[in-house]
Amino acid sequence: MCNLHNGEGAQNLQEGQCEVTAETSQPVGFVQEKQLGDHEKTLKAHKEGKPQKLLEMNGHTPVPHAYDYDLIVIGGGSGGLAAAKEAARYEKKVMVLDFVTPTPLGNSWGLGGTCVNVGCIPKKLMHQAALLGQALQDSRKYGWQFTEEVKHNWMTMTESVQNYIGSLNWGYRVALREKNVTYENAYGEFVGPHTVKATNKRGVEKLYTAERFLIATGERPRYLDIPGDKEYCISSDDLFSLPYCPGKTLVVGASYVALECAGFLAGLGLDVTVMVRSILLRGFDQDIANKIGEYMEEHGINFIREFVPIKVEQIEEGTPGRLRVTAKSTKGNQIIEGEYNTVLLAIGRDACTRKIGLDKVGVKINEKTGKIPVNDEEQTNVPYIYAVGDILQDKLELTPVAIQAGRLLVQRLYGGATSKCDYVNVPTTVFTPLEYGACGYSEEAAVEKFGEENIEVYHSNFWPLEWTVPSRDNNKCYAKIICNIQDNERVIGFHVLGPNAGEVTQGFAAAIKCGITKEQLDNTIGIHPVCAEIFTTLSVTKRSGENILQAGC
Amino acid sequence: MAALWRRRLLGVSGLCRTVRALSGKNEYDLLIIGGGSGGLACAKEAAQFGRQVAVLDYVEPSPQGTKWGLGGTCVNVGCIPKKLMHQAALLGSALKDAQHYGWNIAQPVHHTWSVMAQAVQNYVKSLNWGHRVQLQDKKVKYFNMKGSFSDLHTVRGLTKAGKETIVTAENIVIATGGRPKYPMHIAGALEYGITSDDLFWLKESPGKTLVVGASYVSLECAGFLTGIGLDTTVMMRSIPLRGFDQQMASLVTEHMESYGTKFLKRCFPTKVEKLESNRLKVTWKNTDLGTEETDSFDTVMWAVGRAPDTETLNLEAVGVKTNSETGKIIVDASEATSVPHIYAVGDITEGRPELTPTAIAAGKLLAQRLFGQSSELMDYDNVPTTVFTPLEYGCVGLSEEAAVQCYGSDNIEMVCLREREQRILGLHFIGPNAGEVIQGFALGIKCGATYPQLMKTVGIHPTCAEEITKLHITKRSGLDATVTGC
Repeated sequence: MCNLHNGEGAQNLQEGQCEVTAETSQPVGFVQEKQLGDHEKTLKAHKEGKPQKLLEMNGHTPVPHAYDYDLIVIGGGSGGLAAAKEAARYEKKVMVLDFVTPTPLGNSWGLGGTCVNVGCIPKKLMHQAALLGQALQDSRKYGWQFTEEVKHNWMTMTESVQNYIGSLNWGYRVALREKNVTYENAYGEFVGPHTVKATNKRGVEKLYTAERFLIATGERPRYLDIPGDKEYCISSDDLFSLPYCPGKTLVVGASYVALECAGFLAGLGLDVTVMVRSILLRGFDQDIANKIGEYMEEHGINFIREFVPIKVEQIEEGTPGRLRVTAKSTKGNQIIEGEYNTVLLAIGRDACTRKIGLDKVGVKINEKTGKIPVNDEEQTNVPYIYAVGDILQDKLELTPVAIQAGRLLVQRLYGGATSKCDYVNVPTTVFTPLEYGACGYSEEAAVEKFGEENIEVYHSNFWPLEWTVPSRDNNKCYAKIICNIQDNERVIGFHVLGPNAGEVTQGFAAAIKCGITKEQLDNTIGIHPVCAEIFTTLSVTKRSGENILQAGC
Repeated sequence: MAALWRRRLLGVSGLCRTVRALSGKNEYDLLIIGGGSGGLACAKEAAQFGRQVAVLDYVEPSPQGTKWGLGGTCVNVGCIPKKLMHQAALLGSALKDAQHYGWNIAQPVHHTWSVMAQAVQNYVKSLNWGHRVQLQDKKVKYFNMKGSFSDLHTVRGLTKAGKETIVTAENIVIATGGRPKYPMHIAGALEYGITSDDLFWLKESPGKTLVVGASYVSLECAGFLTGIGLDTTVMMRSIPLRGFDQQMASLVTEHMESYGTKFLKRCFPTKVEKLESNRLKVTWKNTDLGTEETDSFDTVMWAVGRAPDTETLNLEAVGVKTNSETGKIIVDASEATSVPHIYAVGDITEGRPELTPTAIAAGKLLAQRLFGQSSELMDYDNVPTTVFTPLEYGCVGLSEEAAVQCYGSDNIEMVCLREREQRILGLHFIGPNAGEVIQGFALGIKCGATYPQLMKTVGIHPTCAEEITKLHITKRSGLDATVTGC
């Protein structure tokens, strides 16, 4: 997973880490709170027929064999594949149906879903490309000498990113085969109880039945529904494999997808404008969201606020061509026009639930959002149909959450486990130029839930040591924790804005899971000199209004 | 009546200070000898309680004549410059990576030592200045003098020019730290060799370098020297990173070897001579082959350990006890030495981790106990640390060896877990940004995190840290821990 650098370091780095890490997580198996042991033991027990007995004891009936499969998973993304592979470990007969409907511009991709193909993986690699651009500038200050002009080649980057993705697609295929999971590159839709129709690229249809189903079809980018959007605009589904440099780009939207893409495009040296309807990063801590926006603006990204596009026209065809965008103020009748080479829409994502025959089997969806409500065991209103991942209503749209939910679901279904996916205190990171890691409540949400007087916010700016020599971005990085005064100053929100924010946040997320308090945080010894140590010395409360600029060591 | 009594007591103590000042005795509430991380933290904390505080700091030039400003080892010849030079090396790899990410960098790419050294030294000097300003702001008296005890409350300060000042204080804290050791028995070692005290202040590139020792200082320095393109060799007599988890230690050195650092294992130097070319000829013994070998280097750096800086303190005069073997000062849980009003913090104390953040925390807590009516003691358990080798290594808690020793091998699950409640005893991580990764987990371990809790934590994708939430292969199982794909 850490094999993100295609450089010469990657191989050995990975070899090093391989000693301590592993791909698939199969935690401990539980049967009615009684621990069976680690997964090896669970598997052993399974082979000896123990889970079967335990399942029967739990009131389940033995698996009937009238269906083609024990489990059919619709959607081969992070959640679906994790669940499928897990089920195969319990020697279940499993099928995965995965089909990528091409984008309006005709792009499609391989097995693995959004994260691998058009999400986390390519975006973090391109973010890394942008960070390396910054590293080039820094490196001169650290004594490295090379020619003045260094240009970025979009195709070199895109090809290596796509090659890496290709290797992951292949890896998934192999993993499914090794685990005897049947994979069909076909579009799955329900046609009747316990029955799906699979339609492949050539239009050949097949019917399959299964005892249980898992819907994991994920989401796809939303379009504006204005003249020219589908003809001329691209989405994140197109960007990462774009066969030419996008040039001067307008990014429409203020989602994390919008800001991440705008960030790395600008980092690669492109002229980038972000058009925002209202606020940045809705749902995230707004204090932080604004700091992210400020930083991006300071680093050359233009923002057009409170405007929405109403028309996109092509001025000239080409790779890239030239587009004219007409936009209207959200506050009045003001109309503006702008010329760009590329318009990237990142205004949100819609669940792929309306064309998979859910009405045929009676699975309820939220008509407005298209999302599927499930109970705390990922079960839909139709008992034999489950759902995980981005299509769930009121759950988090994150790869590791989908994976965890999928695995735990299967362990409950086939392994006699009782552990449920915990959607609370899930950490996440936004890979904007200044990365943002968070876990728990945003300041707004904490104020709303506990009341302003009952929360204490500790915060500080910091200056990463590595940035001192190039003498850049002093006091831009920021650390904030939110504590519940009523509960012994328990930490209920963690926010960090700075390099490697994801790496920093992960461990604190584990600690928050253990219910850490401010006092325990203060009693933890820092690691010197790293950014994360700032969290062990936070002493200024936001309420006090005291100075948080860092001077010296 | 009670109120009156209290007032009178206050009056008395106020009077005492005046008397002391008048008689020229105990002019300070607290005197700190040594202006490093621990000493300065203690001084500044004490000053916040409105106490009269003084700091004596003096840098004895290294045998090669290198000296530096206020702030101690960490700032001047430790963490700060080493991490910056480590960063310079990482940027060297970034330049290589960048080409795969589409950046067209025309070859050749060169590294110029003097540019890096100047930038690092300028930053260090800004920190020295910052410390001076902070002391001034907090009204802490600073003497650039070497201190030695003349009696229980009196310290004699000596300036570089030999001018003497007598300072008296109620409480005294010794925080003079440690300095690199020289292998005095090796001919030419002192004359021709340098240490980490000199390396970071070199104006010109050290060139082809031999680093002797297997400490983290040795491996870190050899790592970044290799990374900036220098021909670098590490000579070690026995195991690398003694005291650290040995499996991790060998991963670190294997990675270094594959990136071009040469290792002379189970070898020890016997003499260093200067050639006419000004290069240094080093002779060593290879204990595997029983042979004697030689090679010539531009620089020989000793990284064979550090010794406490206690010699010139005249501790015998006041009866502060030291460990006769290590020379370190023996302290109790409250950092008090064998003399109750004399304390010691930082690298000079016996049995304590030699880390900046522990010295800072210990110094602050000490000041709070002395002047702030606190009784909180420093907790030295589960202190996280990071070794900034090319492949960084972060850890907290017990090493596998130590865990086996404490709990028996039957009770240890993997590197880090004890069975039953599966409380995490130690966590070890090798990879980029290891320090950033381990810090949060250190907190979790401090709170008694268990393996199931760790597993319940959702990962952040795609980061390296998420691997820790996915650890499931026990070492005992012998399963392959290689990651395939995503």
